[in-house]
Amino acid sequence: MKKQFGYSEALAAWLLAIIWIAPLLYAFWAAFHPDEFAVRFDLFAPLTLSQFKVAWQQAPFLRYYLNTFILVSMILAGQLLLCTLAAYAFARFEFRGREVMFALVLVQLMIVPEVLIVQNYSTLASFNLIDTITGIGLPYMASAFGIFLLRQSFKTIPRELEEAARMEGCGVLGVLWRVYVPCARPTYLAYALVSVSYHWNNFLWPLVVTNSVETRPLTVGLAIFGAPESGVDWSVISAGTLLAVAPLLLAFFLFQRQFVQSFLHAGIK
Amino acid sequence: MTGVYAWLLLMPATILLAAFTHYPTIATFVQSLFSNKTVFRPSRFVGLDNYRAIFDDPVFFKVMQNTLLFALGTVPLSIILALLMAIWVNKHIPGRGFVRLAYFTPTILPMIAVANIWLFFYTPDIGLLDQLSALFGGQGHNWLGDSRTVLGCLMVMTIWKEAGFFMIFYLAALQTHPPELEEAARLEGASRITFFWRVTFPLLMPTTLFVFINALLNSFKLVDHLFILTKGGPDNASNLLLYYIYENAFSFFDTANAATLTVVLLALLATLAILQFTILDKRIHYR
Repeated sequence: MKKQFGYSEALAAWLLAIIWIAPLLYAFWAAFHPDEFAVRFDLFAPLTLSQFKVAWQQAPFLRYYLNTFILVSMILAGQLLLCTLAAYAFARFEFRGREVMFALVLVQLMIVPEVLIVQNYSTLASFNLIDTITGIGLPYMASAFGIFLLRQSFKTIPRELEEAARMEGCGVLGVLWRVYVPCARPTYLAYALVSVSYHWNNFLWPLVVTNSVETRPLTVGLAIFGAPESGVDWSVISAGTLLAVAPLLLAFFLFQRQFVQSFLHAGIK
Repeated sequence: MTGVYAWLLLMPATILLAAFTHYPTIATFVQSLFSNKTVFRPSRFVGLDNYRAIFDDPVFFKVMQNTLLFALGTVPLSIILALLMAIWVNKHIPGRGFVRLAYFTPTILPMIAVANIWLFFYTPDIGLLDQLSALFGGQGHNWLGDSRTVLGCLMVMTIWKEAGFFMIFYLAALQTHPPELEEAARLEGASRITFFWRVTFPLLMPTTLFVFINALLNSFKLVDHLFILTKGGPDNASNLLLYYIYENAFSFFDTANAATLTVVLLALLATLAILQFTILDKRIHYR
């Protein structure tokens, strides 16, 4: 068995892994050491947290965390509700125009909301939703990807389960809630992880919509914080960057298996 | 009766999709045929004038060239690396968990954070890249300020960010390959290289096509890093289509131009989507 994987190949895999993780390790190095060690790699360089303190004071990170948290949860809640209902209709109902409607949904896989920033901005403006967290979230809630993924998963559930639930007196929504939603739990988990990491990191559309501290998510806050005009030094930017990515990165390190499995699950479709 | 239920279930999602995907797509087309509204003159129908204007705009050609270069420079290399990563991670190498973690981690970072980290690598003189080249007697170089190197720098960073994501699709595909295939090949005395070119690679062909088209689609939307690293400069040498749309709409307040450019982007995306449906339809069933 050993023969199938030579040492040289393992070495190459490791070398690439080290190259791949190096930029992130470097950010950690710069953030945790005093400024003058930013490019001097001394094993005995003193550790410090002062950059984190400075970063924390220079930008309202707590507010940004809160905004991102609200944004991500709001989008996920909306997506789970809307996509579940739509996927159920596509998976288990016969109605005229189903194929056409489904094709119209799939259009969004290609034309994501950030491509249409110009028009969507004026739509939001006419509803008075500029500079609101709801405004950032609204275009993403009816997610074609979510509808597609859940529909695939609902279709694999045997009809007999549904019939049994109907015999017990469940209505249309009862069947959905008691049979389909519990059976599709792995798909929900996968979709939720993909959605949260996408919207935690999303930047362009939130940038367009927001213009105040009260609504800005972390990515937009970080972009303003890191702008050269703001005159912040390199180590502090590293610290700020790590502050912004810490929650998601920590979650990823802790639940690595679930993350990779989720992306796999969502990737196969 | 079931029809009524179905439409009720579909209604909330349909309304939002119509409002933020279908309506704006059509509205963008319409708007690209009208002039900008000014204080003195209302918006009026101008036919294809806006299109003529962008085709007379040298920046537009520069931006299109950059966009295509960026796509064709990042996508194939990311895919090759992704395939290599997937094959390695799929094997029982020592420390596989760490290797997979290392490959996948950049995917989980926001592009803004990535740009912040890489900005320092590219900073002239004090940046890491120049420090390294100084060790070998190199001169300091303004990597992001030089129109010859700026796009390349952005590509390297993007490949680093995206390869781990594409690896996932290959891993998913590799896990469906039965292990007997490799055992049989070994019994036949085939080397690993032969096995890869004769068995693994052809079996992965549909995945490669799928990833390739989706990676191209995705590359047109990757502009976040420009806000941190270059703002499209120097002299539009790193400007990309979506960023140029953003500039037109929100810095130059030229809505007509922005709408016309959006139509160009939509046409690009539609072409790729049609390609995806015609090439891949045989394998990926949407029903």
